[in-house]
Amino acid sequence: MALPNKPKGELAAITNPEIVEHETDVLIVGGGMGACGAAFEIKKWAPADLKIQLVDKAAMERSGAVAQGLSAINTYIGENEIENYVKMVRNDLMGVVREDLIYDLGRHVDESVKLFEEWGLPIWKKAEDGSNLDGAKPAPTLREGGQPVRTGKWQIMINGESYKCIVAEAAKKALGEENIMERIFIVKMLLDKNKENHIAGAVGFSNRENKVYVFKCKTAMVACGGAVNIFRPRSTGEGKGRAWYPVWNAGSTYTMCAQVGATLTMMENRFTPARFKDGYGPVGAWFLLFKAKVSNGNGEFYAMGDAAKEELKQFMPYGESAVTPTCLRNHLMVNEFKAGRGPVYMATDVALNSFLDEAREAGKTEKEVKKIWKHLESEAWEDFLDMSIGQAGLWAGMNIEPEKVGSEIMPTEPYMLGSHSGCCGIWTSGPDEDWVPTVDGPRSHQYKWGYNRMTTVNGLFTAGDGVGASGHKFSSGSHAEGRICGKQMVKYCRDNADFQPELAQTAQELADEIYAPVKRYHEHVGASTAADVNPNYCKPHGLMMRLMKATDEYGGGVATYYMTSGKLLNICLDLLRMLREDAEKMAAGDLHELMRAWENYHRIWCVETHIRHIEFRKESRYPGFYYRSDYPSVDEENWKAFVNSTFDPKTQEWKCEKVECINVVETDPWI
Amino acid sequence: MPSYVNPEKCDGCKGGDKTACMYICPNDLMVLNTEEMKAYNQEPDACWECYSCVKICPQGAIAVRGYDDFIPMGGQVHPMRSSDSIMWTIKFRNGNIKRFKFPIRTTAEGSANEYADTKGDNLDDECLALETELKTPTMVA
Repeated sequence: MALPNKPKGELAAITNPEIVEHETDVLIVGGGMGACGAAFEIKKWAPADLKIQLVDKAAMERSGAVAQGLSAINTYIGENEIENYVKMVRNDLMGVVREDLIYDLGRHVDESVKLFEEWGLPIWKKAEDGSNLDGAKPAPTLREGGQPVRTGKWQIMINGESYKCIVAEAAKKALGEENIMERIFIVKMLLDKNKENHIAGAVGFSNRENKVYVFKCKTAMVACGGAVNIFRPRSTGEGKGRAWYPVWNAGSTYTMCAQVGATLTMMENRFTPARFKDGYGPVGAWFLLFKAKVSNGNGEFYAMGDAAKEELKQFMPYGESAVTPTCLRNHLMVNEFKAGRGPVYMATDVALNSFLDEAREAGKTEKEVKKIWKHLESEAWEDFLDMSIGQAGLWAGMNIEPEKVGSEIMPTEPYMLGSHSGCCGIWTSGPDEDWVPTVDGPRSHQYKWGYNRMTTVNGLFTAGDGVGASGHKFSSGSHAEGRICGKQMVKYCRDNADFQPELAQTAQELADEIYAPVKRYHEHVGASTAADVNPNYCKPHGLMMRLMKATDEYGGGVATYYMTSGKLLNICLDLLRMLREDAEKMAAGDLHELMRAWENYHRIWCVETHIRHIEFRKESRYPGFYYRSDYPSVDEENWKAFVNSTFDPKTQEWKCEKVECINVVETDPWI
Repeated sequence: MPSYVNPEKCDGCKGGDKTACMYICPNDLMVLNTEEMKAYNQEPDACWECYSCVKICPQGAIAVRGYDDFIPMGGQVHPMRSSDSIMWTIKFRNGNIKRFKFPIRTTAEGSANEYADTKGDNLDDECLALETELKTPTMVA
C-alpha cells in the first residue's frame, strides 16, 4: 500500500506556472448579482472600443450567493416611498448607515426586478380573489401593474430555483462570452506604480490549469461577496459546508480592497441570523407569509411578552419600532438560551393549522380545506427547496412534517456581509448630487467624490456585499448596485482616458508570490510520510480551523454567546498576527488547495478588520450580534457614528477613526 | 449534505465538451479522475448542498447523502429539472414520500433580452440605461 503522502485532488500544481498577461480598460472581479448587474449595464454606456473583462472564480450560471436559488426577492420598493425604505434599513441597522447610498439603491432596484421578470423569473402574483398565483400562471407583469405577493412591506415571493441562471444569461449576452473568464480566482488588486492611490490591475490564477493571470486595467469593480467560515460554525464536521451564507465567500472583497488602501466602514457589524437549527433554512416566509411565532422551551411566546417590551425599551428609538431590528430580536432569543429556557421553536404546526381553522370558520368544505392545505404545504416546502435544500433534507431525515411539529431555531455563527441584514464593507462615494451631504476633510470622511460607488482608491469600485453601511439590498439591490458601477466605470474611463496603468511588480514576481504555497509544498513534501502533517508547512484546512477557533473563543462567537471584551479582543488580535505570519507557511499540492490557501489569506485579513473595529468601538452597538462585557450597552451619545479604518499599503499601518453619521431622511417621525 | 457520484451511472461526460459537475460547482468540489473517467466530490465538508451538480448531471449520477454530523440516515431529497420546471421527490426516513413541482422559468432558455441596442444618454447624471425618471428625496432631515 502506498504511503498516504501524495498530492490531493486531480489537478496537481507545478512550481513554474505559465504567465498570461491581459490589458483591459475595465476589470469586473466577481460573477454574482453585483457583477451581473455591471455586465448588463456597462455596454450601454461604453464606446465600442472600450475593453471590458469579467473574471469569475466559479461559473456565472451558478456563482455567488444566489447560486442555489432564492424563494423571495427581499427588496422591491413598488408602491412604497423610497424614504420609508431608508427609514426601515436605518432602524434595522441601529442608526449608523449611509442614507444616501440606501436611497440611491432604492431608486434603481425596481428596474432590476422588472428585468428579472422579463427575462423569465417567475414572480408570484395576487389573483383578483386575493389568492396567490405562482409565477408561471398568466397574470400581468410588474411592469404592467401586476400585484406581487408581498410577505412583508419590501419582500415579494418568487419561484426562484433558476434565479441566478436567468440573471447570468442576460449578463453574459450583454457583455459577450468572449469578455468573460471563468474559474480564475483574482487574489490581489494592484496599485499603479506612478500615480498614487490609483488602481492599475489585478492578479489571480486558474483553478483548472497551472496559469497565473496578470491584468492591467484603468478601473475595476470588486464584488466577490461577504465572508463565511471566519468563526467556528456550530457544525464542525461535514455540516461545516452547510453555512448559512455561501461557503465559498472568503472575505475576498474586503481584503483585496483594504490591502490597496480602500477605507473600510462598519467592519464591526456582523450578521448572526436566527435560522432553523443545523439546516439553516430561511425563516422569513415562516414569520411573514405563514405568521408563525416562536416559543421557548416552556412554551411561552417570549417575544410578545411584557418582559420583552421592557427589554427593548433600553434600545430607543430602535427598540420601539413596530418591526424590531434583527439584532434585537436575536438579543431576546439569546437571553432565552442563556437563561436555560431553550430550545426555541418556530411553531410551524400552530401557524399552518391556523390557516386551515380560519378556512373552516369561513365555511369552507373539507374538500376545499384540503385543497388549501395542498397549496400551503407546497409553499412551505418550496421555501426550502428554492434556496436551502439541506433544510428539506434535514426534515426528511428527521421525519419532520411542519404541520405536526415545530422546528428549533437558533442564531448561527457570525458572518460578515453588506447586502443582507448586515452592513460591513467598503466606504464609497455616493451619487454626485446636491442632496448628498457635503463634508470637508479626507475621502474617508466625505460622502461623495465624483464617482458613485467608487472606493477611496481612484478607479476602484465595489457593489453588493462590498459597499458598507447600507444593508438590506439583497439580491435585487446588489444587481442594481452593479448597474450603477457599470455606468460609473465608463465615466471614469472617459475622464481618465490618458491614464496608462503600470504595475510596480513584474509579472514573474507576482506569479512567484501567488504560487509560493506550491513551491513550499514541493520543497518540503519529503519531510513526512503524512499528507497534512509536516514540520515545515501547514495546510489550508488546518489553518482555517485555527482561525475559526481563535475568533470563536476570543472574538465573540457561539462559544461565548457572542460575548467578548477589550481584553479578549486583544488576545484575538495577537492570535491573528501569528496566524498571518503562519499563513506564509501554507502549502498547496494541487490547484484546489492553492485556492483554499488564498481564501485563507483573505479570511484572516478580513476577520482582523472585524476584531479591530469591535475593539475600537467602545460600546455594544448590535446586541444579539455581539456584546462587549466592558461596554455592554448601546451608547448613542458617544458612538452614533461610523467607524472607518484604512490600511496604508506603504507604511503597512492601520488607522481607525470615528466619522460623523449624517441623516438625509427625516428623523421625526423616526419610522 | 454532501453530493456523491454513483460510479455505475457516471461516464465522466466523455461525450461532452466538459465535465458538467466540474463545470458548475460553485465551490470547485467536483473533479474528474481521468484514469477512471469518473467524477467525485473532493471536499464533502465544504459542500453547500446547492444541488447544482445534481441538477446538471446528464446521467443522473449524482445524489446527496445528508451531512453525517446531524442528519439521521435514510432520507433523501432529489430533483428532476427541466427547462421550465423542477420536480422534487422527498423521501423521509420512515419511508413516506412527498412530491412537489415548481415552475423555474417562464421564457425559453437563451431568450433573455440583454437590450443590446440600448444606449444611455447622459453619462454625467445618475439615470441608468433603461430608466427615464430619477427621484430625489423629499422627506428630508
